[in-house]
Amino acid sequence: MAKKMHDTPNLDKLEDGPWPSFVTGLKDLAKDKDYVVDLLGQLEESYKTKKGYWKGGTVGVFGYGGGVIPRFTELKNEDGTPKFKDAAEFHTLRVMPPPGMHYDTDTLRKFCDIWEKYGSGLIAFHGQSGDIMFQGATTDNVQKAFDEINEMGFDLGGAGPAVRTSMSCVGAARCEQSCYNEAKAHRAVLNTFLDDIHRPSLPYKFKFKFSGCPNDCMNSVQRADMAVIGTWRDNIRTDEGLAKKWFAKHGMDELVNDVVARCPTKTFQLKEIGKVRKGEHISSVAVSDTHAVEIDNQDCVRCMHCINVMTGALAPGKDKGATILVGGKSHLKIGGLMGTVLIPFMKLDSDEDVEKLVDFAQRTIDFFAENALEHERTGEMIERIGLATFLDAMEIDADPAMISSPRMNPYVRTDGWDDEVAKIKAKKQAA
Amino acid sequence: MNQAVQAEKPAAKRKPKETGVPENTQYLHPALLKNYGNWRYHDRPRPGVLHHVSHSGDEVWSVRAGTQRQMDVYTIRKLCDIADQFAEGRVRFTIRSNIEYIVSDEKKVDPLIAELEKSGFPVGGTGNSVTMIAHTQGWLHCDIPGTDASGVVKALMDELYEEFKREEMPNRVHLSTSCCEINCGGQADLAIIVQHTKPPKINHELVANVCERPAVVARCPVAAIRPAMVNGKPSLEIDESKCMCCGACYPPCPPMQINDPEYSKLAIWVGGKNSNARGKPTFMKMVASGLPNNAPRWPEVAEVVKNILHVYKEDARPWERMADWIDRIGWPRFFEKTGLPFTKYLIDDWRGSRANLNASTHIRF
Repeated sequence: MAKKMHDTPNLDKLEDGPWPSFVTGLKDLAKDKDYVVDLLGQLEESYKTKKGYWKGGTVGVFGYGGGVIPRFTELKNEDGTPKFKDAAEFHTLRVMPPPGMHYDTDTLRKFCDIWEKYGSGLIAFHGQSGDIMFQGATTDNVQKAFDEINEMGFDLGGAGPAVRTSMSCVGAARCEQSCYNEAKAHRAVLNTFLDDIHRPSLPYKFKFKFSGCPNDCMNSVQRADMAVIGTWRDNIRTDEGLAKKWFAKHGMDELVNDVVARCPTKTFQLKEIGKVRKGEHISSVAVSDTHAVEIDNQDCVRCMHCINVMTGALAPGKDKGATILVGGKSHLKIGGLMGTVLIPFMKLDSDEDVEKLVDFAQRTIDFFAENALEHERTGEMIERIGLATFLDAMEIDADPAMISSPRMNPYVRTDGWDDEVAKIKAKKQAA
Repeated sequence: MNQAVQAEKPAAKRKPKETGVPENTQYLHPALLKNYGNWRYHDRPRPGVLHHVSHSGDEVWSVRAGTQRQMDVYTIRKLCDIADQFAEGRVRFTIRSNIEYIVSDEKKVDPLIAELEKSGFPVGGTGNSVTMIAHTQGWLHCDIPGTDASGVVKALMDELYEEFKREEMPNRVHLSTSCCEINCGGQADLAIIVQHTKPPKINHELVANVCERPAVVARCPVAAIRPAMVNGKPSLEIDESKCMCCGACYPPCPPMQINDPEYSKLAIWVGGKNSNARGKPTFMKMVASGLPNNAPRWPEVAEVVKNILHVYKEDARPWERMADWIDRIGWPRFFEKTGLPFTKYLIDDWRGSRANLNASTHIRF
């Protein structure tokens, strides 16, 4: 039996309503833990005064420089002692999840046992970077909890100026739209940078995210310094049985208004069966005895819309891989940046293919480590130095797939133009 | 700041096993492992349930339920009990902190749903629903929050409960909340972000001891901060006419207090999407500001959010995400239909902002 609960009139109101309440969960934990009684006390104070009361610090586990988010209370009595002394320290362990965030119940139960023993008993699945967040432990218990979690085969993730924990979508494990083995790429890349995860020494954070197709369920384009987004180069595949089944259920209006009209490049056309073109780049499938859809894949930008609507009837091609984009980030400090296409297509089938991705990641991080200013993200660095400079450093040739349009301002020195043209021609001839 | 506290060292120091990212195959449902990379199509038999069919003919049903994300061990054990008794012992979590149970027998779907709902976990969040709100840490754990996150999400999800359980929106709706402008909550069709509306208040007594002044000066995106001597002590001063209240100076210099019980307001952003489907990925755009940080239920925020979602639901065509819908009807009609006031503060004045101005006669009347 823990000590008496503090009054929590504000938090109590978060137990109303049908959605599961974290306050109810905290109160359940508080029945046995003075620690959580005081946590609720401090949180109620925040609700009352509309101010936060945690400050950072330095707490870690032996051998690592990061992965623990320290929190010390700033809510003090006049004599400087913590107002809620049992929750004066409330550190979080960031732990890297398996790709796709799959678990068996044994694993989850073991997590619970460890965190009930050493922590507050509060776990978030998952934080915004993908970590399992073991929230709330005293300084003394951080090492003990980590040791047991680590013995289970789980490792701390990143914090501070480090390579951060990554996320990958459910992908090949359960999605027909997956274009590469996300879990394999995720592990191969991240496990290459364990030193940069555990010992923060980069200019600022560096995030990888892995999405199996352009639906980008991991939001990698806006949130990852390096986004690996699955795609394909050949033609959309078709399945006549599923196409006819879809059409029988949904009809002509939906096909025209929801699929044909929504194709961003207007390459998705509805035709009478006899008028469908044949050709190397054409995908087509009959939806009825009279009509078929025709896609000229040279005009297709692989946006996924028609595939999303007619799942199975249409599917990504066979020549699959990924597009690599670099420099996505959120607001601070120059506003949100989308990732920029650096490698339009990379095969990721074999171990050697994945090695190439790891190598590109390594070169990017090396360049970032050498050239970024303190507290500067990759996207900001690229904005500062220009994409062309970054391409030179990465030894990647310019590609029109990297841009929305060629330059619109005339202020550029082009005295190297002839040399560049000669280089491109020589490369083409050698290929 | 930076108070160094070393964890208590065990008698013999245990070196960490740098195991990195664990192999996921050991946790996969056997049917997922067997059909890895060999799925053919999926459909949604009802809201909250995905049905995947493999080229091998195998089928799995995934039942998705909402959680409070910040879960106590009793809740997690309850979810495990349900997995063991009513599913097949394997679960996964989505990026929006929903839990998914995977079963290979259709007969298990209904009893599983019944048990989840009986236990207080709403089943939904698939397809064209309003799914669980991605969120940050807030007052519970963050060191720079302007508001709470778990509480805002709980209050809002109560309001959006039915829309979570239904698939009645034109397309999927992703929401996020962030307890400050750093926006750890991420990009979404509709996002709620705390916005500071006054420059930081500087505690000049503390700056010299706590802050590395050049680093703070360098951190300011609009060069509004400069070193100064105040009361004979080295400190910093702010050109308040330049400051746009981003809060970037606060993390490296807590004596520059940006949070304010009254002047930390909430703003609403719409039209972000990361998917490439139809249009390219888009950033969110700010459409409302100045909403009070009214804990514990944030009714003013809920009202604006529900209003936008309601208008979108009524007006958008099938498959139009929030961004697609606004693209079709145009911003003037968005403001007209939602009744939100368009003020001069919604005209971008940041670097590259001219790209957001209308350089055409494309105007809807």
